[in-house]
Amino acid sequence: MSTIETRELNVYYGDEKVHALKNVEIKIEKNKVTALIGPSGCGKTTFLRSLNRLNELLGATTKGKVIIDGKDIYDGKEDVIQLRKRVGMVFQHPNPFPMSIYDNVAYGPRIHGVKKKELNGLVEESLRKAALWDEVKDRMQEIALKFSGGQQQRLCIARALAVNPEIILFDEPCSALDPVSTAKIEALLRELKHEYTIVIVTHNMQQAARVSDFTAFFLMGELIEFGETKELFERPRDKRTEDYITGRFG
Amino acid sequence: MTGNKKITEKLVMIGMYVAAFITVAALFTVVGYVYVKGIGAISLDFLLDYPYRLEFGGIFPQIVGTIYLAAVCLLFAVPLGVASAIYLSEYAPDNMITGTVRFFVECLAGIPSIVIGLFGLIFLVHYLGLGISLLSGGLTLGFMILPWTIRASEEAIKAVPGSYREASLALGASKWQTIRNVVLKNAYPGIISGILLGCGKAIGDTAIVLFTAGSGLEWFLPMAITDPVGSLTVYTYILATQAHTEAGILRAFGASLVLLTMFFMVTVTALYLRNRYVRRMSGW
Amino acid sequence: MGVLERVRIFKFWKMGESIKERLIEKLLFLLSLSSILIVFFIIVFMLKEGLPAFALGGEFFFGMTWHPATNQFGILILVLCTFIVGIGALVLATIIGIPTAVFLAEFSPEWLRNIIKPCVEMLVGIPSVVIGFFGLMVLVIFIRDTFGGWGESILAGWIILAIMTLPHVISISEDAIRAVPKAYKEASLALGATHLQTVTRVILPNARSGILASLILGMGNAVGETMAVLMVIGNPEIPFIPESVLEPVRVLTSTIVIEAAYMIWGSTHQHALIALGVVLFVIVALLNAITTVMIRKGMVK
Ligand SMILES: Nc1ncnc2c1ncn2[C@@H]1O[C@H](COP(=O)(O)OP(=O)(O)OP(=O)(O)O)[C@@H](O)[C@H]1O
Ligand SMILES: [Mg+2]
Repeated sequence: MSTIETRELNVYYGDEKVHALKNVEIKIEKNKVTALIGPSGCGKTTFLRSLNRLNELLGATTKGKVIIDGKDIYDGKEDVIQLRKRVGMVFQHPNPFPMSIYDNVAYGPRIHGVKKKELNGLVEESLRKAALWDEVKDRMQEIALKFSGGQQQRLCIARALAVNPEIILFDEPCSALDPVSTAKIEALLRELKHEYTIVIVTHNMQQAARVSDFTAFFLMGELIEFGETKELFERPRDKRTEDYITGRFG
Repeated sequence: MTGNKKITEKLVMIGMYVAAFITVAALFTVVGYVYVKGIGAISLDFLLDYPYRLEFGGIFPQIVGTIYLAAVCLLFAVPLGVASAIYLSEYAPDNMITGTVRFFVECLAGIPSIVIGLFGLIFLVHYLGLGISLLSGGLTLGFMILPWTIRASEEAIKAVPGSYREASLALGASKWQTIRNVVLKNAYPGIISGILLGCGKAIGDTAIVLFTAGSGLEWFLPMAITDPVGSLTVYTYILATQAHTEAGILRAFGASLVLLTMFFMVTVTALYLRNRYVRRMSGW
Repeated sequence: MGVLERVRIFKFWKMGESIKERLIEKLLFLLSLSSILIVFFIIVFMLKEGLPAFALGGEFFFGMTWHPATNQFGILILVLCTFIVGIGALVLATIIGIPTAVFLAEFSPEWLRNIIKPCVEMLVGIPSVVIGFFGLMVLVIFIRDTFGGWGESILAGWIILAIMTLPHVISISEDAIRAVPKAYKEASLALGATHLQTVTRVILPNARSGILASLILGMGNAVGETMAVLMVIGNPEIPFIPESVLEPVRVLTSTIVIEAAYMIWGSTHQHALIALGVVLFVIVALLNAITTVMIRKGMVK
């Protein structure tokens, strides 16, 4: 059962000068981790951001369809706010707001009108899910920027979880982190996939192999190969995929 | 050879110390002189009395007038300026038109206040018939600090990292919610600091007020916004150039002292806020 | 999951929210449109009002005599005097300001910088009437007693204006010097150059455009400065070309202040004064524009 499906997805930047995604067609399965790999500049981030329409901020033009839960999010009728509530995102560099831990997690729910008395429970639940609760439960009012990079990134995950999304997009969430924090986040991803559909961009082939069920390989804006991670890594069908994952890429 | 070089280096260093010293000395001399000379004039009577004839009485209407003028100026310029800054930096597309507008605003931010004063005198006072009044003066001061407020607010807004906006939008916040809860919440010390610096300009301006607000010696408080209003700057100017007695000059020093004190209070707050803000934006 | 369901109920309220969004955007647009219109209106109005004087053509721009009583409105001497006063002040401000900026950016111990920097920042907006008053009471008298003459003179104008221009020159130059990449400095020091050599050979040349920008901006400020100058330069009834720095002069700004007090509504005199304002405006706007462009270029580089 797929929750995200794209049809002839094309994304352009700057008055169509840059053709960043070319006819991408993919079906992403529910409650699975899908990894996006490919060399720098191949359009991974662009693809990810087309799933919550964050690309629009950068003046990108999108053509084609992105169908989430059976509805095309680019049909002009979709409410971006509802969309982004359903599709959460965690960015490459941890970007907590310069507020307290509590306010960071409570930010989304407050925006969406969750009642005050429900906030405490929701914040705790989200922090627990993000495996951060034990580390911060006594420091809820401290400003988020004082915490380590790994903690900040898990805080950003908790913040995304607090609005109760169905899908979470991760853009190289570990690239700015040390190995220990990375391991924690990977464990977290395996945990989270039971409840959420996860799409993750990574430059780290081992990471893709470790955490993902499916893998998509992008090259110069095209989706070259997509399949079960094991398949793709062990028996790549395309020569280019093979070159890339074996590190023979020129 | 090396000996010579060493001596040259020493001399240059000394030269720099001297230059820095002169800069600081200039400030302390001017401010110190005014405070030393002016402190003799300060008394409760002086602060709370109304002036009469050229060289008698106190400066109560001038103090109040200065505050009134700054208030009208800010009431006009702040909403317009901050709203413009928000629109220009968050909503307007980055194109030729906004580029041109920005360029004009930037150029205008440094235009001599006397030119704006002349505009106020001819357009507001005469054409619109607002007369020499609190309204004319406050509005003209507002015209002066408007480009300034826009520029300062825009700088503060731009300093908020884009990643905060993205994070907020990705959580499903709307554009305005993002601006209010993330952008403005982080930019406001910078914006306030810019506004206060503008307020300092308004308090310290003479030419505009002289042209549009009053002759400085008003012995009454304005009862309506269309009444003329006194100000510390014009009072100082008139007494400094027209008083011929010790008492008159002393009053000018007293008024300068009060003016400087008000100015310093506003500016120090502004600079304090700005420094704190810069530290916060750079992640402490 | 319960919370999510409840949040969905708010969708109805959200519809109102999107209208609110659009209203806010419209409101912000209208407000910014009005401030921009105000800015443009001021420019256009002044140009239009100055037109009758500009129409005098050469008589206005190149006329040597400014004498309203006989209907003579030549601005050449006024402009000349404005530049004499402005450039002199700028030279003084440069001699003191640039070394101070270098000192602050490169040599000053932290504690001293923490004293000097706020002083410089305080100096930026200090009410000009106070400085003018100080000039009148101290400087003018000092000049009169030491060098003779009226005391109210070009020299007094230079010094007072230099004090007012200094902080602009210092703070922008310092920023420019600080913006030079650390790597250049380290590379030079690693080659065995002294700190001072590094500053003069590597840092200053790289900060050149920023420093120049600070001087041009300082010039703009000096030209537009009004009250402080007005109070110390004497403003002779009929402007003339000065022969010594001890003679009084008249500049664009002081002429406007003094004569606006008695100009007759609708007269050529009024238009000429506005035209003076426009000339001043154009000079300062040009200088500011050059500064802006230079600073931007410096940053891009
Ligand atoms: N805002 C933008 N404006 C113009 N071009 C852009 C913009 N963002 C990305 N691009 C271009 O689109 C292409 C795809 O970029 P994208 O960021 O999606 O790559 P990526 O695969 O995420 O790379 P990386 O692994 O380095 O993050 C690149 O050629 C890039 O130069
Ligand atoms: Mg990327």
